[in-house]
Amino acid sequence: MGAGTLSEMLKDMKTPYDPLLLVGYDTADDASVYKITDDVAVINTTDFFPPIVDDPYLFGQIAAANSISDVYAMGGTPKLALNVMAVAKEMSKEDIRGVLAGGYDKAMEAGVIITGGHTINCKEPLYGLAVTGFVHPDKILSNSAAKPGDALILTKRLGTGILTTARKADETLVSDRLIQTVYRQMATLNKYAAEIMLKYPVSSCTDITGFGLMGHCYEMADGSHTSIHIKSSKVPVYKEALEMADMGFVPEGAYNNRRHTDGHICPCEGMPLALEDVFYDPQTSGGLLIALPKEHANKCLAEMIAAGVDAAVIGYVTEGMDYHIYLEK
Amino acid sequence: MNTLDARGLSCPEPVVMIRKAMQSKENAYRIVVDNTTATENISRFVKNQGYNVVVTQENGDYVLDITK
Repeated sequence: MGAGTLSEMLKDMKTPYDPLLLVGYDTADDASVYKITDDVAVINTTDFFPPIVDDPYLFGQIAAANSISDVYAMGGTPKLALNVMAVAKEMSKEDIRGVLAGGYDKAMEAGVIITGGHTINCKEPLYGLAVTGFVHPDKILSNSAAKPGDALILTKRLGTGILTTARKADETLVSDRLIQTVYRQMATLNKYAAEIMLKYPVSSCTDITGFGLMGHCYEMADGSHTSIHIKSSKVPVYKEALEMADMGFVPEGAYNNRRHTDGHICPCEGMPLALEDVFYDPQTSGGLLIALPKEHANKCLAEMIAAGVDAAVIGYVTEGMDYHIYLEK
Repeated sequence: MNTLDARGLSCPEPVVMIRKAMQSKENAYRIVVDNTTATENISRFVKNQGYNVVVTQENGDYVLDITK
């Protein structure tokens, strides 16, 4: 569901006060965090969705990488998971096994143990994980703690929603090679970026998913009472996604994200509409958006690039100004 | 004029429909859709193909008049 619709529906459901609940959904964070001892807090999160690729094994991998990502975004280490699955009657045993095997292998790569789960029959297949992780209570990364003077690092390329929409419309529009690259990116764990990030004094972190770069930047700016400035030309995007946006293959979620943040973004004169579309494009299993003091940004970035992470410094944070987000050239 | 009805269809289907129709390279098309996403996406596509588009709302539907 879109960010606006969801927050409207939840507005009367206040989280009861509990001094040990360190992160609830009041700040629209990615997961909840509950303190167990002075050294250990538990992170809980879940995410699931219908198949976005035809190959069951790949779908399982992407869904699992996406579910686990929230723990990395909170600065934690994922440890346990439960399968959340809906099976449609046209799925064969091999299909079902393929999805679960994809999830299992991705969980193994993350050091996560799948200990069970719940499966139902449904018209539409669904898959994801409910993930438990751990974090030191003093080292939780919130999505609403960016500070003026921070630089912003993004760790995956944007435009995957537009490209998968175009591919769905017509297989000849997006080459096999490109779509495989996109799928591989979606199945890539944010673990490798997160492990490097944790060596630095990071102020704030979130992962880019359904609300797109703009929606998640908006939440970060709003929650931190800062303004976020995006250097548009520095943001890693699939250039073919720009072409496909011009061809009209922009997913509905991108328009919802645009509406949700309307009035909070100061546009950049002369910026192509297609690039804006990519900034609003909902991402499946997108990268981390990391705010850290700018003097550390280049070193952190260099380490990520050396580790094979497709990262870039895409902007910076200032005191809160008239708009939440400023798009710059 | 080539008139298309894409009501009841969600993206990317309306764009696929107009794309196919426009292979005939006529000077004017009309397509009726029932959601703003289709309206926006079709507008992006036809402008990119060098056409102009005028959108009018009719009984909750959107009529897109596309001309060279």
